[in-house]
Amino acid sequence: EKTSRALNTDIRDLWKSDGELVNDEFLKKLFAVLVKSDMGGKMATQIRDRIGADFRARKVQFAEVLQTISEEIQTTLEQGGTAIQLAESGPTVILVVGVNGSGKTTSIAKLAYKFTQEGHRVLLGAGDTFRAAAVEQLTVWSERIGCDIVKGQQGADPGTVAFQASLKARDENYDVCIIDTAGRLQTQSNLMQELDKIRRVIAKHIPEAPHEVLLVLDATAGQNAISQARGFSAAAGCTGIVLAKIDGSAKGGVIIPIRQEFDLPVKLVGLGEKLEDLAVFDPQAFATALLDWRD
Amino acid sequence: MFESLSDGLQSAFKSIRGKGKLTEANMRDGLQMVEQAMLEADVSYQVVQDFMAKVTQAAMGQKVLLSLRPHEELVRIVHQELIEILGPVDVSIPIKAGQVTVLMLCGLQGAGKTTTCGKLSQLLKEQKASPFLVAADLQRPAAIQQLHTLGEQLGVPVYSDLNEQDPVKVCRAGVAKAKEQGANVVILDTAGRLAIDDELMKQLCEIDKKIGPDQVYLVVDGMTGQDAVNSASAFNSALELDGVIMTKLDGDARGGALLSVKHVTQVPVKFIGTGEHLDALEAFRPEGMAGRILEMGDIVAVAQEA
Ligand SMILES: Nc1nc2c(ncn2[C@@H]2O[C@H](COP(=O)(O)OP(=O)(O)OP(=O)(O)O)[C@@H](O)[C@H]2O)c(=O)[nH]1
Ligand SMILES: Nc1nc2c(ncn2[C@@H]2O[C@H](COP(=O)(O)OP(=O)(O)OP(=O)(O)O)[C@@H](O)[C@H]2O)c(=O)[nH]1
Ligand SMILES: [Mg+2]
Ligand SMILES: [Mg+2]
Repeated sequence: EKTSRALNTDIRDLWKSDGELVNDEFLKKLFAVLVKSDMGGKMATQIRDRIGADFRARKVQFAEVLQTISEEIQTTLEQGGTAIQLAESGPTVILVVGVNGSGKTTSIAKLAYKFTQEGHRVLLGAGDTFRAAAVEQLTVWSERIGCDIVKGQQGADPGTVAFQASLKARDENYDVCIIDTAGRLQTQSNLMQELDKIRRVIAKHIPEAPHEVLLVLDATAGQNAISQARGFSAAAGCTGIVLAKIDGSAKGGVIIPIRQEFDLPVKLVGLGEKLEDLAVFDPQAFATALLDWRD
Repeated sequence: MFESLSDGLQSAFKSIRGKGKLTEANMRDGLQMVEQAMLEADVSYQVVQDFMAKVTQAAMGQKVLLSLRPHEELVRIVHQELIEILGPVDVSIPIKAGQVTVLMLCGLQGAGKTTTCGKLSQLLKEQKASPFLVAADLQRPAAIQQLHTLGEQLGVPVYSDLNEQDPVKVCRAGVAKAKEQGANVVILDTAGRLAIDDELMKQLCEIDKKIGPDQVYLVVDGMTGQDAVNSASAFNSALELDGVIMTKLDGDARGGALLSVKHVTQVPVKFIGTGEHLDALEAFRPEGMAGRILEMGDIVAVAQEA
């Protein structure tokens, strides 16, 4: 909603000014808008230089140039198959990974809620056995949603929880099984290897599982998110991104360089802390909000 | 320490090596490289502009000594300016003698507030103070349980009230309880909130006004990008901040957002979080942070191709 409101204003504002000369000052202003979106200095430089080469010394609408760039970003971000992959038969297993505090557990709750609303039987696996009260946090959500949960003790092996959850999901015919993992930084190689182990454990019961490995990125993150995408993809074979916390003032533009470097579609976005605050990623709304330059 | 920046600048300065003075013209490529490095480290755009103006000013007219190559001189100046901006250093937690000192932690969702409450308790215990934790996050599921778990691990008392909806009341009761039990430092763990969430920001102001904490610390995620200026501005204008703590610096994040936060708040950076364990809190050192922000990575490759 926030993004579509921005979209309307943009179009209305579009023809108001007399236009601006594309000169150093114009390009500087453009560069600032681009950089502030978190797309990164390198990508912002590329775009600025191209606009400079194409339009220098001509009079254009600033908004129009942004609109053009926005459309291009949209095309870059448009992607086939953003839907969550469901298993042809048996339970669909979704593993959720990411750095500390990015929004994994909350996104799992939202996703479980969505599937439950759609009439699926959902099982959660409380695979974060490390962080204080992580299991309790997911338990609270499971109670609010009214779905089942498999828990281990604090400090238990997360692989064991994943093993038990996928076994239960298969044996008791659940439709969807979503497994939480403890937050970890992509530089911690032993913890990254643990993710691979969890994957293999899940596959023991359900050969083609996990069907999805979702990487949860925090929309306030800057360039480090590129390193996160690289590290988690390599260790856990991610199939898509959930971009959490885009209800704030951060633009989340880092998904553009991520999209260009890795084959990782953004599937869902997190829009708040409540169960309903999850939406399918919309490249158009995203790109428009990204270059909303009026601060 | 900054070999990569140094290498990159070296090639940028190839043409002027040994030519006397630094001028805006002969530094152009080098300055651009520094700017790019700062942006890739997530320093916010405005702050980079200010910083570059300062660096240019400081560098202009500097005689390049024969023994010192120009790129080394620029790196030295950049490093020096960074340290200056990140300072002055004050990593103390002021504690009132014979009274209860109240600390409040605030910040965006998931920044690391609750964990940092635990880390600060551990540090205070080491300093022979007697900390006391108050669970004022009534928002996030199991936030209270999380703080209790940390309290148990540390042997630090935790106050909470599951039936209370008003964080101000929880804080007030918590402070009273701490006094009763003879604790001398109370740490309030508040709920994470977005800077643009007016209602929750107002609630935070209420806690601040009614409880009057002695020290308010903003907890910032080390992986934050350009938005750091916006969120820090909002917290800074809503509250009187006394310090900043940056978390999650145990990974490969460059942490340039700290410059943005420092620029906006002008309060000292107290600590950095370097892990999930409760002892992973370090006193802030500007030299270390300056070095981290200046690591250049790809810029070198770009410079070498050119
Ligand atoms: N505003 C907003 N807050 C969110 C969103 N998603 C999650 N959060 C909040 O962010 C904080 C961290 O979320 P969690 O789901 O616990 O994150 P996590 O990745 O599981 O964290 P760890 O398990 O500690 O690594 C909580 O306070 C959530 O309520 C979102 O889309 N918008
Ligand atoms: N690697 C690393 N993780 C950290 C650090 N500090 C906190 N964390 C982790 O970050 C995640 C979020 O920390 P919390 O303390 O729950 O964050 P919070 O700000 O209280 O979150 P909300 O209450 O939901 O707003 C947890 O997984 C912590 O273990 C740190 O310095 N390094
Ligand atoms: Mg979690
Ligand atoms: Mg907390």
